[in-house]
Amino acid sequence: MTKAAIRQILKDQGRLSVDVSTLADDADLYQAGMTSHASVNIMLALEGEFDLEFPDRMLKRSVFESVDAIHAAITELQAG
Amino acid sequence: MTEYPLVQIARKIGVDIAGPNADAVDRDSRFPIEAITALKEAGLLSAYVPTALGGAGASMTELCQICEVLGQHCTATAMVFAMHQIQVVTLVRHAMDSDWYRDYLTRLVKHQYLIASVTSEVGVGGEMRKSTCAVELEGERFKLVKDATTISYGAQADDLLVTARRNPHASNNDQVLVLVSKDEYSLEQKGVWNTMGMRGTCSPPFLLTATGAADRVMSVPFADMSSQTVVPVSHLVWVHLWLGNVTAAVNKAGAFVRHQARANPGTTPPTALRLAEVTVKLQNLSAVIRDALGEYETLVAGASVDKLSSIAYAFKINNLKVDVSSKLPVIVTEALLICGIMGYKNDSKFAMSRHLRDAHSSALMVGNDRILATNANLLMVLKEY
Repeated sequence: MTKAAIRQILKDQGRLSVDVSTLADDADLYQAGMTSHASVNIMLALEGEFDLEFPDRMLKRSVFESVDAIHAAITELQAG
Repeated sequence: MTEYPLVQIARKIGVDIAGPNADAVDRDSRFPIEAITALKEAGLLSAYVPTALGGAGASMTELCQICEVLGQHCTATAMVFAMHQIQVVTLVRHAMDSDWYRDYLTRLVKHQYLIASVTSEVGVGGEMRKSTCAVELEGERFKLVKDATTISYGAQADDLLVTARRNPHASNNDQVLVLVSKDEYSLEQKGVWNTMGMRGTCSPPFLLTATGAADRVMSVPFADMSSQTVVPVSHLVWVHLWLGNVTAAVNKAGAFVRHQARANPGTTPPTALRLAEVTVKLQNLSAVIRDALGEYETLVAGASVDKLSSIAYAFKINNLKVDVSSKLPVIVTEALLICGIMGYKNDSKFAMSRHLRDAHSSALMVGNDRILATNANLLMVLKEY
């Protein structure tokens, strides 16, 4: 369910130049049109949706570069 | 503290050539050809190129100190040097996996090619991370047409480093960097450069039409180069040359105060108090800049790519530019007030006009409001400052 929630947030906040449903889990979101500005809105929406906070050390490009990367970050935070 | 040899050479060029020509460069809005030629003859354009490729292998600290020293004598010379170095550092940091670029850098050492940057574009505003134009690949060659709102020393440069969308189907922020060579591009100048300050940087709008071999397109995404190198290096070299300019203004004020003091030994001229005030600001600025440079050198030495491309660092290096640029006109204005009419006059060794007009450029060379808006956006998720 987590990946579905992530994809919904990307659809709502990502302002991607392609339909999210056409992107594979490991597809590069930046190449799909996600700007730095949009990525911040996605981070906010993820924090709200999953009731967690990304620590500053996780606020870097690589963490948000794909559905898989975002999923891994959320899993890490929910475990710890 | 002894000065690096390259900095000493730059200082001599500043004193002997850039400085004496600075008023004419400013008055006539002309390229500082004498100083740039001297920098080329001293091999300083290739200072950052590694020794393995024939360069001096200078550090970022040396480059920044050269910018500061040149900035004391002629901001146009310093800015041309600084902007060129941003391109060289980008190539050295990110293009060394390319045979063509490694060879290019050895040729740059030999011929002292001057590289200009083409990031601005009609329609995208001042947003460096967005392009409309695209690399159009036709077999093994590409074509690129870009309507640039400004290209600093575009007419005087040898080669150009240009941002563009990866291909005609790429999104606006999916950018690459391409080097185009003088014999393979044409520039149509579309306006003039007649500004309050930085008049010798010759930065009018141009329409660029270029072709080249496909291997000129750098493989690293511009997004990565931007956060790790282009933005931090830009902010660091700029703040150093800006510091040089205001230091020169405060130095003039200091000389004025000492001149007044010598005329009346035993008394402290009122201007000495104002000098005491402004030197607080100058030292503070110097410390902020030194700290930022030190941090960057540490991050690069540690190959901390993650930290360099983090939101926390982008936030910090943005703050550096906004902080320093907002303080410069105040410092020069205080220096002007110390010198009074002698600073207000242009035909005076205490003349402040050029220093003040050049100082005003810094807040709008990438507008501070744009940078603060970016930081405001980052602050919605950044939790420690």
